[in-house]
Amino acid sequence: MATTEHIRPVKPRRGFTGRPSPSPGRLSGRLPWMLLLPALLGLAFLVLPLAGLLIRAPWPTLPQRLAEPHVLEALRLSLVCATVATAACLLLGVPLAWLLARVEFPGRRLVRALVTVPLVLPPVVGGVALLLVLGRRGLIGQWLEATFGVTLPFTTAGVIVAEAFVAMPFLVISVEGALRGADRRFEEAAATLGASRWTVFRRVTLPMIAPGVVAGAVLCWARALGEFGATITFAGNFPGTTRTMPLAVYLALETEPEAAIVLSVVLLAVSVVILASLRDRWVSAS
Amino acid sequence: MSLRARLVVTRPAFELDLTLEVAPGEVVALLGPNGAGKTTALRALAGLTAMTAAGRISLDGRALHTLPAEGRPIGVVFQDYLLFPHLTALDNVAFGPRCQGFSKTESRRVAAELLERVGLADRAAARPRELSGGQAQRVALARALAVRPRLLLLDEPLAALDAHTRLEIRSRLRRHLADFDGATVLVTHDPLDAMVLADRLIVIENGTVVQQGTPAEVARHPRTDYVARLVGLNLYRGVADGTRVRVGELPLSTSERLDGAVFVAFPPAAVALYRSRPDGSPRNLWQAVIGGVERHGDNVRVHLDGPVTAFADITPAALADLDLTPGLRVWASVKATETHAYPA
Amino acid sequence: MFRRLSRWAVALPAVLVLGLSGCGSGGPDASTAPAAGAGAGEVTVFAAASLTGTFTELGRTFEAAHPGTTVKFNFGSSATLAQQIAQGAPVDVFAAASPATMKTVTDASLAGAPATFARNTLQIAVPKDNPAKVDDLADLTDAKVKVALCAEQVPCGAAAVKALDAAGLKVTPVTLEQDVKATLTKVELGEVDAALVYRTDVIASAGKVTGIGFPEADKAINDYPIATLAKAPAGDLAEQFVDLVLSQQGRDVLTKAGFEAP
Repeated sequence: MATTEHIRPVKPRRGFTGRPSPSPGRLSGRLPWMLLLPALLGLAFLVLPLAGLLIRAPWPTLPQRLAEPHVLEALRLSLVCATVATAACLLLGVPLAWLLARVEFPGRRLVRALVTVPLVLPPVVGGVALLLVLGRRGLIGQWLEATFGVTLPFTTAGVIVAEAFVAMPFLVISVEGALRGADRRFEEAAATLGASRWTVFRRVTLPMIAPGVVAGAVLCWARALGEFGATITFAGNFPGTTRTMPLAVYLALETEPEAAIVLSVVLLAVSVVILASLRDRWVSAS
Repeated sequence: MSLRARLVVTRPAFELDLTLEVAPGEVVALLGPNGAGKTTALRALAGLTAMTAAGRISLDGRALHTLPAEGRPIGVVFQDYLLFPHLTALDNVAFGPRCQGFSKTESRRVAAELLERVGLADRAAARPRELSGGQAQRVALARALAVRPRLLLLDEPLAALDAHTRLEIRSRLRRHLADFDGATVLVTHDPLDAMVLADRLIVIENGTVVQQGTPAEVARHPRTDYVARLVGLNLYRGVADGTRVRVGELPLSTSERLDGAVFVAFPPAAVALYRSRPDGSPRNLWQAVIGGVERHGDNVRVHLDGPVTAFADITPAALADLDLTPGLRVWASVKATETHAYPA
Repeated sequence: MFRRLSRWAVALPAVLVLGLSGCGSGGPDASTAPAAGAGAGEVTVFAAASLTGTFTELGRTFEAAHPGTTVKFNFGSSATLAQQIAQGAPVDVFAAASPATMKTVTDASLAGAPATFARNTLQIAVPKDNPAKVDDLADLTDAKVKVALCAEQVPCGAAAVKALDAAGLKVTPVTLEQDVKATLTKVELGEVDAALVYRTDVIASAGKVTGIGFPEADKAINDYPIATLAKAPAGDLAEQFVDLVLSQQGRDVLTKAGFEAP
């Protein structure tokens, strides 16, 4: 059966008529099950835990739990911190990706490997590492406090630092890939039109890699939103300043699993809505 | 001369070294086979490929080779145009003026004017992917001209077009180049493009200049096999003694009187073929073996091996009459008046 | 290859060790729970994180006394462990850091009657150099003193609230840590000037922090209950392990670590 089906699409111009396929069933018949089956299993694997949360969620008491000020407070803090962390990652990560993709320098391979360290490092370890550097007695933290009177741990800024640390590799890797895939001849064309290096980057390179940057930023934001280990270790946990949703979820789990489920569902719902709408807007704009 | 350049680029297994002089308003075509170094030369002029220390470029008396690409008063039309996909046609053209410090409004005004000039005012808002090949080519030209360059560089400007569009765009491009008062260097491997568009041809092979001159000179006096093939001539190197030239073992009679090393050229259509030795014995006659037969326009091109290799163009009717098949021995002749000899 | 790795080999463990010391945090997830169907010669013990040192030692003692038997531990936050038990983890013995947590297990009839085997009291932990010059509980109310407490949801946090209430003091911490080890880490690293942690944790820190006792600690004594699970796969061996913990030998180990006898 498969072999006879294979011959059909070769018929000339069939795809150019613009008419919907006369028998849509035939199309699905061509989908190779060797891909389809694992694909569906993969989807189930990713979606089922979410379904578990939704099934176990205490729906009757949900509205009342949601109205609790500490839930909204944690949600607001999560969204603000993840967004600011993403902005910071964009500011630092895009140039870093550019450096890795476009500038030959000794030890570039090593630097590229180092960039991925936060991915490999258990987040809690990342938090401790941040404390050792930016903590009150850390290498830089000490100086920050002495010079500016600034301490990062236990502040909202600390949450942002922790989230940015953990999330930045997602952005850098995505943007670097986009930069490597971009046709550099467009940059040459811009140079022949008198564009400085900076103008080339701003007006040609950046718009051309925009899809990669957006994808990286979305990953980065999602990772920051769910960040737990580095945040609680570096920034601590205090309502209103550093207790983001994942921290609230973890603490709720200690005493009241149902509340934890509610918080998780809220976090998921909000992030899915934001990511989906962002994606739609981005896709339709391009 | 507005452009004087010695372009020297050294790469592993490739060396480019050529001198180039272009007068204001003159169009020079760099012609050569693939890998000859044409595009490398163009990139060196544009500042996109680094030259070795010996390289020099001066434009209107100003050293250019010390400037980066963005500092050179040049306009480049790239082979596949490289229009910025995220900008409209108008903004593509306005890009250069913007980089030169003009306001957005002023840049767009200049761009609109140029699009008008290339006949694309109505496509100003289109994105590159919405443009046809010919339109994209014209936008690319407008974009290059928008920076008011003193040197215009075109890399295979017509190569990406289909045959029909090519004809139209070629004549349009010729008009625009005629209007341009700076120096123009264009790169092509197509002799027709070169002949139509350029005032002067520079033929490059293996990174060096092998011949240059006006299209008419080059077409009449090819000096390499590559050029001879391009212009459709049989070309031989020989030693002349008066009107007799020895090409290898074969003596040929020519109409010119020359002494010493010469080239002899004649068109394939001047070669006549016979199954048996013709009567009246024309002066230039030799026995050849048919190497192959192929269509060539309305005629048939016959490849001849023998004391010299040659092409002969005959009519399909003649082919049928002669019943030529590869391996067959035939007599070939050329009238002395059809040959053309010139000093090597 | 090796040479390139060696640079890492030096740097990474240093970070990791530091990290793990403050890493009672995440708590073991279900995947680290022992596999079902453990053999008869195996005792699976779920125990509060604060029992890590003492129970590991007692486990070795038990194995020595019962050749061929192995004791497997899962240390973590008592509440997390209780949830894993509720979800059906195959466990023989559960030792919790608070009666309240144990109650969630016994209320569900998952375990037999618990016995209190140790008590823990709070101390003020300060960095060795005690930068804020803290020497009693009242000092913690000073706004300039950065204080870490455990979150109220975990036993050490509940105890801290009790103690502070008993003293009639109001302390505004900079952070409410998810467990006592994390709280202690903040002190060790000098990120906070003081924290309320268990006496046993101060002793376990081996001099990296200084413990300061305070009278109100008596009002917030933490009892540690232990129980065998109703469906203990190891059966008698589970009982024998609990016996060891409750024995004089067990008490000695616990006392040495700073626990008090019930």
